[in-house]
Amino acid sequence: MKYTLTVNGVARTVDAAPDTPLLWVLRDNLALVGTKFGCGIGQCGACTIHLNGVPTRACMTPVSTVGRMKVTTIEGLAADAGKLHPVQQAWVDLDVAQCGYCQAGQIMTAAALLKDNPKPTDDDIDGAMAGNLCRCATYMRIRAGIKRAAGLTAGGKEAAQ
Amino acid sequence: MKTSSLPTLAAPVNRRDFLKLSGLAGGGLALAFYIRSGDSATAAESATGDFTPNAFIRITPAGKVTIVSKQPEMGQGVKTSLPMIIAEQLEVPWNDITIEQGDFDAKYGGQSAGGSQSTPSNYDNFHLLGATARTMLVEAAAQTWGVPAAECRAEKAAVLHSSGKKLTYGQLVAKAAALPVPAKEAVKLKEPKDFKLLGTRVPQFDSRAIVTGQPLFGIDVKLPGLLYAAYEKCPAFGGKVVSANLDQIKALPGVKDAFVIEGNGKVKELVPGVAIVADSTWAAFSARKQLKVVWDEGKVAGESWETFVAEAKAKAAQPGARTLRKDGDADAALASSAKVVTADYVYPFISHANLEPQNTTAHWKDGVMEVWSPTQIPSIGVGLVNKALGIPADKIKLHLNRAGGGFGRRIGADYLVEAAAIAQRVPAPVKLTWSREDDLRHDQFRPGGLHFLKGGLDANGKVVAWKNHFFTFGEGGSPGSGGGLSGDEFPGRWIANYHAEQTMFDTGWPMGPWRAPGSCVFAWVIHSFIDELAHAGGRDPLELRLELLGSKDEMPAGGGGAAAKGKQGGPPYNVARMRNVLKFAAEKAGWGKKKFPKGTGAGLAFHFSHRGYFAQVAEVTVSKDGQLKVDRFVTGVDIGAQVVNLSGADNQVEGSVIDALGVLMFQELNIERGRVVQSNFHDYPMIRITDAPAKIETHYLKTNYPTTGLGEPALPPVAPAVCNAIFAATGKRVRQFPLSRTDLRWS
Repeated sequence: MKYTLTVNGVARTVDAAPDTPLLWVLRDNLALVGTKFGCGIGQCGACTIHLNGVPTRACMTPVSTVGRMKVTTIEGLAADAGKLHPVQQAWVDLDVAQCGYCQAGQIMTAAALLKDNPKPTDDDIDGAMAGNLCRCATYMRIRAGIKRAAGLTAGGKEAAQ
Repeated sequence: MKTSSLPTLAAPVNRRDFLKLSGLAGGGLALAFYIRSGDSATAAESATGDFTPNAFIRITPAGKVTIVSKQPEMGQGVKTSLPMIIAEQLEVPWNDITIEQGDFDAKYGGQSAGGSQSTPSNYDNFHLLGATARTMLVEAAAQTWGVPAAECRAEKAAVLHSSGKKLTYGQLVAKAAALPVPAKEAVKLKEPKDFKLLGTRVPQFDSRAIVTGQPLFGIDVKLPGLLYAAYEKCPAFGGKVVSANLDQIKALPGVKDAFVIEGNGKVKELVPGVAIVADSTWAAFSARKQLKVVWDEGKVAGESWETFVAEAKAKAAQPGARTLRKDGDADAALASSAKVVTADYVYPFISHANLEPQNTTAHWKDGVMEVWSPTQIPSIGVGLVNKALGIPADKIKLHLNRAGGGFGRRIGADYLVEAAAIAQRVPAPVKLTWSREDDLRHDQFRPGGLHFLKGGLDANGKVVAWKNHFFTFGEGGSPGSGGGLSGDEFPGRWIANYHAEQTMFDTGWPMGPWRAPGSCVFAWVIHSFIDELAHAGGRDPLELRLELLGSKDEMPAGGGGAAAKGKQGGPPYNVARMRNVLKFAAEKAGWGKKKFPKGTGAGLAFHFSHRGYFAQVAEVTVSKDGQLKVDRFVTGVDIGAQVVNLSGADNQVEGSVIDALGVLMFQELNIERGRVVQSNFHDYPMIRITDAPAKIETHYLKTNYPTTGLGEPALPPVAPAVCNAIFAATGKRVRQFPLSRTDLRWS
């Protein structure tokens, strides 16, 4: 089946079976490999993308259900090409990643949190991030990175998308 | 392992070996390190006019500096930390450097990432590499100016003369490239007091690529015409394919081929199975759901964890099959002890659960197997492809991809050889991707174990006897990786009446190294039991540990009496370093100075492994309904004289602390009838952010010893420190992993 998706603001047409998870369409058909496969059952969060701005598990989202919803992946998170979203910048500044495999999903979830809740408490952060596993256990720096990004956002340097 | 002409790369490489190994690849030249253009790649690059004093450094006439990172990167940070050493000596600003991941190539002199050895094995060599290149650039400038080199110094990728003259490295490339490489005696290393980069916080070189989702990992590999494979193995370890509905599978949408691979009869090498090759990952995964295979499960189907546990319990009081160490007479000393403490400790098998499922891309073309893989020890993968598929080692080309977690799992190369075996049957490049279920069920597991302990105390609470009947799991007649308890393991050698025995259950289960193999569980058993002895004797847990360590500064390896002769092992133990780091951690934590109300408490533990000395203090709260929260976790680290990258070092310690806490709290893999019961993260939970400690502090005790690694040695004392704190808080002793098996409720 042919589907036309809006991915990072660009219309992309793909040919895929209707039950194909958006994860594999992104990775295999569109060569957007920043969205990661971790478990395939929505337990790890490595495949987190935004659908109309809502953090969503791409491994559990059949391509046939996406329709006109806007798909944002880690590659398209920053508003301006070549610049970093405040969460991405905080992740670099604090050297959050170890292996880095989960971090696209972590960043997508964190960016959505800050959009809804620009000044999250520690409990808000833990609550929002509980669906994203980090096998290297970078959780201390994920907490710190979100707080740092929240500061950047509040400072008005760059608005969270 | 035998891998034809390839050097064995697992052993630490000292400077002399390194030079020799480089020489092997030197195309007949004596020492590639000293003589430029030792291999064809470097020679070709030299033709472009670059300065390539060795296989690791390239400076172009435009002044662009590239450092090759030879070690596999899996999150331990070596792609950043090892090049930092070269940059420090080379005097090039960090932000001006590009780092390239090297392919597997003998010219790099060993590329094994395991055992926390990347730093200690390469530290001295990398200083010399950078300093040698700097020396040549300084000499080139001195010759240009006709001044003595001693009047020149290097700074910010340029050479400066005392008169104020300056030439950039780019300007010096042509001249430097024509100079002979100086002997190491003529190279002056920069002194640690002058370090500007080492010991600072440097974000990983790949940070920006990671946070923007650029292709980095093995699973991200894309090639023209790439096909995608899934591989179904028998749920019971090592089972063989009898038949499969291949014709039906081949007719499914997107499927290009389906076939049986026989395997080579080894449960950790090329395992038998059915390959499905398709035009997308999802087509391969979907077709797999229709696959029907008749398996010959073999005798492994008769082996279950619970049966072994019952057998161990029944045999605990009998003599063990083997003596690991026997000093004095533990039985007699126990009989005359003022107090005897008895305890049984049990931990299950667990999985590595790398978040990036195992995968490898391979392309068989014109008699060459080209492979892209996230692997920790590339020589093992090449060796397996050579052995199982009969492809000569020099016809196997291996590219190293960033690995989404290692933890020891990717020392095994079963997934790599599977991809190569599939590729051999497909006229296109093919990427094999394991499902999460494959990953959990076909891991090379950390073996479980049981320890039946008895400790004797005298009237003063001093430990006078220690007896342990240890039950472990083996494969092929010897304990699985991390399943062998050394006779030298603390407190062996320290207690006059010490008796450790082992009984092993031989299985057909695949086992492999899991972060700090052996240490990751033994430290928990040993330091939990020491804590039991301290409380039984009315002694402070810190003070009793210091008494146990004693006043000797070094404990030599070995000894242990006639019964265990020839079976000892382990490095000498620098007792002074351990005493010091233990006191250091206790002081940083304020041990003994705080009052803890009921439901809160502190615990400590220490451990020596991977050449590092670690002591840790946990402060916890256990709610009345039995929920654990780690409020503060303090680590004292002695890894010698120099922390390379402080940011990476803290990351390794913090990761180790939370990883170990997760194992303690959640992880348990049941094996029934030779197969894994769990399948994915819903029934094999991993620690999440909600259970991470509120605060983690890492303190480095600088000592005058060689710098050593940090990927593993911070992990072993975590679980006992936390369990000892739980006891202090609740009076409940945790003797089983995971924590859910112990009722921690209190009133």
